[in-house]
Amino acid sequence: MADEDDDLILSELDDEELVAQMFDDLYDGLKEEIEEGVNILLERGWEPYRILTEALVGGMTIVGKDFRDGILFVPEVLLAANAMKGGMSILKPLLAETGAPRMGKMVIGTVKGDIHDIGKNLVSMMMEGAGFEVVDLGINNAVEKYLEALETEQPDILGMSALLTTTMPYMKVVIDTMKEKGIRDDYIVLVGGAPLNEEFGKAIGADAYCRDAAVAVETAKDFVARKHNQMSAQA
Amino acid sequence: MTDALSALLADRDWLLADGATGTTLFNMGLQSGEPPELWNLDHPDRIRALYSGAVEAGSDLFLTNSFGGNASRLKLHDSQDRVGELNRAAAGIGREVADASGRKVVVAGSVGPTGEIMAPMGSLTHESAVEMFHEQAEALKEGGADVLWLETISSPDEYKAAAEAFGLADMPWVGTMSFDTAGRTMMGVTSADMVKMVGKLAHPPLAFGANCGTGSSDLLRTVLGFAAAAPERPIVAKGNAGIPKYVDGHIHYNGTPELMADYAVMARDAGATIIGGCCGTTPEHLVLMREALETRPPGPAPTLEQVTAALGEFSSADDGTGETTGPTRQRRGRRRG
Repeated sequence: MADEDDDLILSELDDEELVAQMFDDLYDGLKEEIEEGVNILLERGWEPYRILTEALVGGMTIVGKDFRDGILFVPEVLLAANAMKGGMSILKPLLAETGAPRMGKMVIGTVKGDIHDIGKNLVSMMMEGAGFEVVDLGINNAVEKYLEALETEQPDILGMSALLTTTMPYMKVVIDTMKEKGIRDDYIVLVGGAPLNEEFGKAIGADAYCRDAAVAVETAKDFVARKHNQMSAQA
Repeated sequence: MTDALSALLADRDWLLADGATGTTLFNMGLQSGEPPELWNLDHPDRIRALYSGAVEAGSDLFLTNSFGGNASRLKLHDSQDRVGELNRAAAGIGREVADASGRKVVVAGSVGPTGEIMAPMGSLTHESAVEMFHEQAEALKEGGADVLWLETISSPDEYKAAAEAFGLADMPWVGTMSFDTAGRTMMGVTSADMVKMVGKLAHPPLAFGANCGTGSSDLLRTVLGFAAAAPERPIVAKGNAGIPKYVDGHIHYNGTPELMADYAVMARDAGATIIGGCCGTTPEHLVLMREALETRPPGPAPTLEQVTAALGEFSSADDGTGETTGPTRQRRGRRRG
């Protein structure tokens, strides 16, 4: 096997083989190989958006599923995300030029007191990969910070993340403040993090709890579509 | 000289540890997102009440309010310069409560994770992790902690860095990891992996084990996994009192005191020596846990079926140990992984 491996030349693979190989390389966190694959597909005339969805997001979806199923763990997922980032940095400027379809906009951040941002970073990347514009507020966000970002960015979605049982109640503080200001229903609120569960998400007044990054993307798409339907029904 | 924990372990078949710190402090008015460690100086009376709650409920040891007391975590609240005073106070109050109890109670200086990802994947180097843990260790020692107590760790590298730091502080210690991701730690460590890792440390802990995670069933499966790997040192079981739910404006854990009493006995039968609770475990739970450990006779290790029948289903079908392996992806494998 090992001898064969060294002989693998990406540019000699046909499109289908190459994309399949890129799935594997993403899975193995091989950043340089992913960058090479993206460049080859660009040379072959693929639209940046097609490379993004078919090669990168397709590959990350497998990674996300295997993370969910306990086959991959955080170290592997971080490596895969890093490889994806390499591909994204080539595609991002091109996507902006070619005016790829915009799914919606999300403001995301880890709640006050919580610095654990692995999950949040993964969600950001997968959301971007799926065509959302993501404004990442980073870690340790107080309610004021979230509100300010909602005001200035006017996103469709607010995403909040917490890893600790001691910080997850803060999500409710943010949602309650949004209610007080009468702006809760202007946004889709998605929450996530290891100690949370669906019931908890509902009880604090979020629209949905997303158990992993792949679910977050699906849920976001679903809610944005519903929101658009509602708006056209009202109009 | 023998440390206080080793002395107790030599005397007794099991020890009751404490319950939740965060849950109890929230009930005293801590606001979510605020660092509990500041209370060691701002509200020492409340911290005294926290410790006394465990001691009066019958705990043989309790953890200090210093879980987030390392520079990396305190930095979030611009308190990174206060590691020394906050940890000294955490242990100092503990010393007073333990000494006034009239029996042998161990003050365990709690040390939690830095929250950072270690190099090469993340930015935290081994050296700076050791430095942070060492700083906290020295302060807990000065404050009067009998042992140090590392908890909720997911990365083996971070566990090793803490072990090294505690060696520098010349302190005996205990260290538990959180197995919250399909029966493994977030970083993929299985119960068997941990036994192996602990066995190789230059400054090994007095006891090792599992805390927090996702409910008490999973935690017992992990304890059974430790026991199956024939560890050389005592096992710690500190499970959550069930699953967190939001009820009437408060976080509530669905594990009743009666269930936690069953959990405690099953943990002992599974091979744990130091048994306590984690998130959601109140003094009320601890009282019944103590009573159960004192009155119910030891029995054979519970089977996985008995664990789920008593405490609820596991969060995942498999925990990465044993003959049966979980789902694996059929990869094309044209390159070496």
